[in-house]
Amino acid sequence: MKLSHAPFEKYSLVLLLGILMAVAVGGLVEIAPLFYLKSTVEEVQGMRPYSPLELAGRDIYLREGCYLCHSQMIRTLKDEVERYGHYSLAAESMYDHPFQWGSKRTGPDLARVGGKYSDDWHTAHMTNPRSVVPESVMPGYPFLAARALDYKDIGERMKTLRAVGVPYTDEMIEKAKLDVAAQTDPDGNGAAAVAQRYPKAQIRKFDGKPGQVSELDALVAYLQMLGTLVDFAKYDASGPNLR
Amino acid sequence: MHVATSTKEGGAALFDWGALLLALAGLTLSLFIAERSADPVMSFHAVVFAAFALAATTFLARKALSKTEEAAEGYYADNVIKAATIATVVWGVIGFLIGDILAWQLSFPSLNLDLPWTNFGRLRPVHTSAVIFAFGGNALIATSLYVVQRTSHARLWGRWLPWFVIWGYQLFLIMAASGYVLGVTQGKEYAEPEWYADLWLTVVWVCYLLVFLGTLMRRKEPHIYVANWFYLAFILTVAMLHIVNNLALPVSFLGTKSYGIYSGVQDAMTQWWYGHNAVGFFLTAGFLGMMYYFIPKRAERPVYSYKLSIVHFWSLIFLYIWAGPHHLHYTALPDWAQTLGMTFSIMLWMPSWGGMINGLMTLSGAWDKLRTDPVIRFMVVSVAFYGMSTFEGPVMSIRAVNSLSHYTDWTIGHVHSGALGWVGMISFGAVYCLVPWLWKRQGLYSQRLVEWHFWVSTLGILLYITAMWVSGIMQGLMWRATDNLGVLQYSFVESTEAMHPYYVIRALGGVLYAAGGFIMAYNVFRTIRGDEPVDVAEQPRIAAAPELRGPLPMPAE
Repeated sequence: MKLSHAPFEKYSLVLLLGILMAVAVGGLVEIAPLFYLKSTVEEVQGMRPYSPLELAGRDIYLREGCYLCHSQMIRTLKDEVERYGHYSLAAESMYDHPFQWGSKRTGPDLARVGGKYSDDWHTAHMTNPRSVVPESVMPGYPFLAARALDYKDIGERMKTLRAVGVPYTDEMIEKAKLDVAAQTDPDGNGAAAVAQRYPKAQIRKFDGKPGQVSELDALVAYLQMLGTLVDFAKYDASGPNLR
Repeated sequence: MHVATSTKEGGAALFDWGALLLALAGLTLSLFIAERSADPVMSFHAVVFAAFALAATTFLARKALSKTEEAAEGYYADNVIKAATIATVVWGVIGFLIGDILAWQLSFPSLNLDLPWTNFGRLRPVHTSAVIFAFGGNALIATSLYVVQRTSHARLWGRWLPWFVIWGYQLFLIMAASGYVLGVTQGKEYAEPEWYADLWLTVVWVCYLLVFLGTLMRRKEPHIYVANWFYLAFILTVAMLHIVNNLALPVSFLGTKSYGIYSGVQDAMTQWWYGHNAVGFFLTAGFLGMMYYFIPKRAERPVYSYKLSIVHFWSLIFLYIWAGPHHLHYTALPDWAQTLGMTFSIMLWMPSWGGMINGLMTLSGAWDKLRTDPVIRFMVVSVAFYGMSTFEGPVMSIRAVNSLSHYTDWTIGHVHSGALGWVGMISFGAVYCLVPWLWKRQGLYSQRLVEWHFWVSTLGILLYITAMWVSGIMQGLMWRATDNLGVLQYSFVESTEAMHPYYVIRALGGVLYAAGGFIMAYNVFRTIRGDEPVDVAEQPRIAAAPELRGPLPMPAE
């Protein structure tokens, strides 16, 4: 039998099918197994969906394009673990729609930025980054503190996330709006319920200004929880982390 | 053959009426959304869409009610290609300019102006979309529809459908770019447009595929020319990547916000499968199609090797798809996937250089044209940049190298040697070929301005990529440097501070490249306006439109 390239050049549909077959293989082999492999679908103790306030903050993080300069993925390299903390686990971004691992570090990695700086520092930094880090090239975001957070559809957002696999309960969705405000009011009635629904949730007025829940409250709440959910004193890379 | 007017066939009437109904449905739906939506950006985009649908409705109503066909503008449908060529130039200038603004923002952060609409994070997707999808995309649409007609000896299929593709694509670009500035994004690099813009692009893209394939099917040539293999692979694969990577669930059909169906590690893999093949198919396969037509045409030489083109076509498209995981080395992606990504990236070097060799060697026996024809020079230097970045890419995909280069400016430099060098320059070459050919001119308004454009942009690229090599490698080294006690030597911000001079050099390189874009826009404008070329005697015979070219010079005995 003589091999010939002629059919691909004479019949456009044969060419089309040939191309489709050639380009389908790689993606299938690399992507499909990730939905089944233990290492990529492992559950780790401590991981939970974002609280409504954190989720609203994450949506602002997306909106402002923070991921274009900040990664959220600590690689398994000595200097990165020294600088940023324990390397990132697959499970730590399991509820991230979309993932925010990033591809560029114009600024530092943020995977474990939670708790590294005070709320005051974040507030000052967001308003004018050079007031706390003179050499920084980050844009200023003074408008975040002035804007009221728009969270009237936060329950709908959580419902959508539930539909794509984030385990929000009916109760979480029902109380979503209340929980946004409650997470910024440690002395209020709802604070205990937020802490119970979202373990390790930090409850305080993040922007330091009493009154309305601002966009800055949400963003700082998100930044302050990044990388804080898994307790690496208990985590064992070789052991079962399914609890 | 197309005569002045002819009676419309039944199929064509059905086509017009069906489309008219769809346009009316689109108009109604967008007005409904504009009125009902509580999301101001959604209302704004719905109004823009309604304006588009209204224009389409008016156009289609006239088509549908008319009993006769209007006269065609010629054997080939070239008016759509003229529109896409102008769009290429306009978007190119916008994209380069915004890119350079970003470069200055990184050098002097106060230029972010502390406003939401002008900060780096919102403008960066405007730049990437403007250069990749708007400048590159329009260049690909223009050239692919030009090439498929010439090499098939057939008019574009689909009557007015090519116009829908062109205008529908611009509508997508406008919705995407204005959305980013207003804070509407999916938060996935190079896949930022939200669900409704993605759906619209899918419709437009399928029509593009139909036009291209329909034209191939009515071709009068027995063989499908090699450039069309590449264009077809580009159109098909981009459709596949776009649909799979953008699967998302909107929070409300009246709002802009959606959440993708993938999360975490699966999302990362899907995204970089998409992202790297946006490079592989949008920015490589498509532009190789351009190379395979415009270099032989301009050099008036046949493609160097037919066999090489077959081998490198199939190996390129098969191997490229696997390369994505090299963006995820040392991350939470399983090691086997990282290793596959690296291995295939290294293998990819060979088919890439197969294409480079085929492009460069087409100049065999015509190397003197590099000296005399700046348009050929643009395209040949472009292929040289292609060769350089497809060597650099595999090197950077090696894990050990990637541990240093990833997250740094080295990646940015690498991308730009491919984008400014390969994609930009091959497109400039194609635009300079196309404009006099389409507008039936004796040549370009000024070949000397092409010379200027060439040298200014080459200098700009060199400044850009050398600055990024130095800053990228320096960043990587500073991040990992430890003193003799094993303690990190530099804080992060010390590396930021060290970048400053290189960011300024890069921004200056960008000024030169953008200036080159303006020179091109001016030259193209003067050519289209029909101004007498200032140096027609210096331009090669092939610079003129086919009908204005003199006879081929007789070969020497």
